[in-house]
Amino acid sequence: MAIGKPKTAPPTRHEALGLSADHLLDMYYHIALARAIDERMWVLQRAGMVPFVISGQGHEGAQVGIMSAVDRERDWLVPFYRDLAACLVKGMSARDLMLGLFARQGDPSSGGRQMPAHWAHPKHKILSTSSPVGTQYLHAVGIAYAAKLRKTREVCVTSIGEGGTSQGDWHEAMNFGGVHKLPVIFMVENNRYAISVPIRLQMAVDDVAERAAGYGFPGVVVDGSDVLACYAAGAEAVRRARAGEGPTLIECKVERLTAHSSEDRQEKYRPTDDIEAARSKDALVVFKHYLEQVGVLDEARYTALHERIKAVVNDATDYAEAQPWPDPAGVTRHVYFEG
Amino acid sequence: MPEMRLLDAIRLGMYEEMKRDERVMILGEDVGLKGGVFGATDGFYAEFGEARVLDTPLAESLIVGAAVGMAANGLIPIAEIQFSDFIYPAFNQIVSEAARMRYRSNGGFGCPITIRAPFGGGVEVHGGLYHSQSIEAFFAHVPGLKVVTPYTPYDAKGLLKASIRDPDPVLFLEHKRLYRAIRGEVPDDDYIVPIGPAAVRRQGTTLSVFAYGQMLHETLQAAGQVAGEGLDAEVVDLRTLRPLDTETILTSVRKTNKAMVVYEDNRFLGYGAEVSALIAEEAFDALDGPIVRVAGLDVPAVPYSDPLAGAFIPTAAKIADAMRRLAAY
Repeated sequence: MAIGKPKTAPPTRHEALGLSADHLLDMYYHIALARAIDERMWVLQRAGMVPFVISGQGHEGAQVGIMSAVDRERDWLVPFYRDLAACLVKGMSARDLMLGLFARQGDPSSGGRQMPAHWAHPKHKILSTSSPVGTQYLHAVGIAYAAKLRKTREVCVTSIGEGGTSQGDWHEAMNFGGVHKLPVIFMVENNRYAISVPIRLQMAVDDVAERAAGYGFPGVVVDGSDVLACYAAGAEAVRRARAGEGPTLIECKVERLTAHSSEDRQEKYRPTDDIEAARSKDALVVFKHYLEQVGVLDEARYTALHERIKAVVNDATDYAEAQPWPDPAGVTRHVYFEG
Repeated sequence: MPEMRLLDAIRLGMYEEMKRDERVMILGEDVGLKGGVFGATDGFYAEFGEARVLDTPLAESLIVGAAVGMAANGLIPIAEIQFSDFIYPAFNQIVSEAARMRYRSNGGFGCPITIRAPFGGGVEVHGGLYHSQSIEAFFAHVPGLKVVTPYTPYDAKGLLKASIRDPDPVLFLEHKRLYRAIRGEVPDDDYIVPIGPAAVRRQGTTLSVFAYGQMLHETLQAAGQVAGEGLDAEVVDLRTLRPLDTETILTSVRKTNKAMVVYEDNRFLGYGAEVSALIAEEAFDALDGPIVRVAGLDVPAVPYSDPLAGAFIPTAAKIADAMRRLAAY
């Protein structure tokens, strides 16, 4: 009898990417935690506990996939308002996020000055952003230019919706990033709607990523419900950036599972079947199936993980609600440096 | 002590700061090999290299927006807007981003950038509508920004160094007509002129005139013209438009009891409106006459053709006439 080589199973997708079961569970945890926080925020808004919510539901898989490829301590994030999950991966806590939602004194993003979802955290290298879309892309290339000049080996990730790519600042940043081969990752979370404006009225190309060629660096399209594909794209973009090869545009095709914000009714402009179809492309569901297939997530683990998430969200909600309001006298603080 | 032009003092101020602190860098259009369209960064490219004397793509929002990011990550950028008339594409980056970074992050992030912008009309080559504008009113309105505009070469160097070292964003406005016209002594030591205080350039008792930039120059000439007529004008160089030195203004008005503001920008809602309101609110009892504004015309901008430009911009003669009328009130 011939003795053959022992049969080995081909590596799974995550093994091929160098990801362990623990990595996968960490990614799943952040996606599920982001969703749970987001859903809680809507409940609080509908119950009249907070004035406003803007959501990231449906974008979490793309954000967690890409952000899991960056160095959470060293690298920068210049987010936009749907990046709740990205901010969690980067180091912000559920309490941090809820403090912003409730606009309490301890809100690390702005001390209750900004609307919710305008995250910032100096310690976690998350730059403060405004509401006019596109401006953050220029800050990201400035950060990346400084990283290059100071030889810090930092990478800067910035993100935007597809609507924001129509802004001049977006173009100016892409161009500058290409000219100087900056260590920056231009993430576009394309959910096909800019509030109500559909993508056919936003751009004449099928993919935002096509435009990268015009700036002299690669643009890739990834399925935002495929967390591992997002991770792979992020890892390659980080490698390129760290190696001095320049920017990468990563366009994640994502779904917007909610209305634009708590002030919006998407049924007015979005076909019902489109809203329903979005659910089938939810990274939270797709990734869970994958983890079950590869034996990383079983029912006991799933239950334990979601119990933990529930406890974290409850704690964050109770904690934030119990915190003091900002002192009205503080309205004049931090206009200029205070020494 | 070397005597130099205002332009040379600005160049020297930047040069000293570039030498002193390697975090300081310059970005803008044509600032590199060309050394700037006015020569303010002449020779810098050779000395400090392309990375710190950066010719940007032709995009003003980028110049300021990238500077905001650079500042967040440890650099101290000096952003040059080639002409103040071209600053509007960067308006959002200045007003919504740079000026609000500290406030909106509750002190978490600062924005130590200096934005240099040559402004004003009446230069020899003529600027027309888009190379002559005064833009200070738009920006002095904005909390979180500081707005500075020097008149003497001594101040130009000292205020610019103070601006570069300031932890907050400063819009540094340089009147183009002063670049080569004004000479003065500039020490080569490392001094600064603090942002904030105004300077009384001419002591007087008949009336107080508040001005800055080229209009300060015209005002001083006008004060000389009327001096022989027994009209003794006090002339105050505001120098810093935000924060405004209210104390120096009010002290002067309480001394002379008459106030005039001279500015080259459009009269309506121009910088003089704020100075006038301040005096009316805080020194009403001291006034022996109406607060007078002498300003640019309320037409869209300074026209190109010489007689048209001359009709727009206040001159020493016009200011002298206004002084006589106010003195006689």
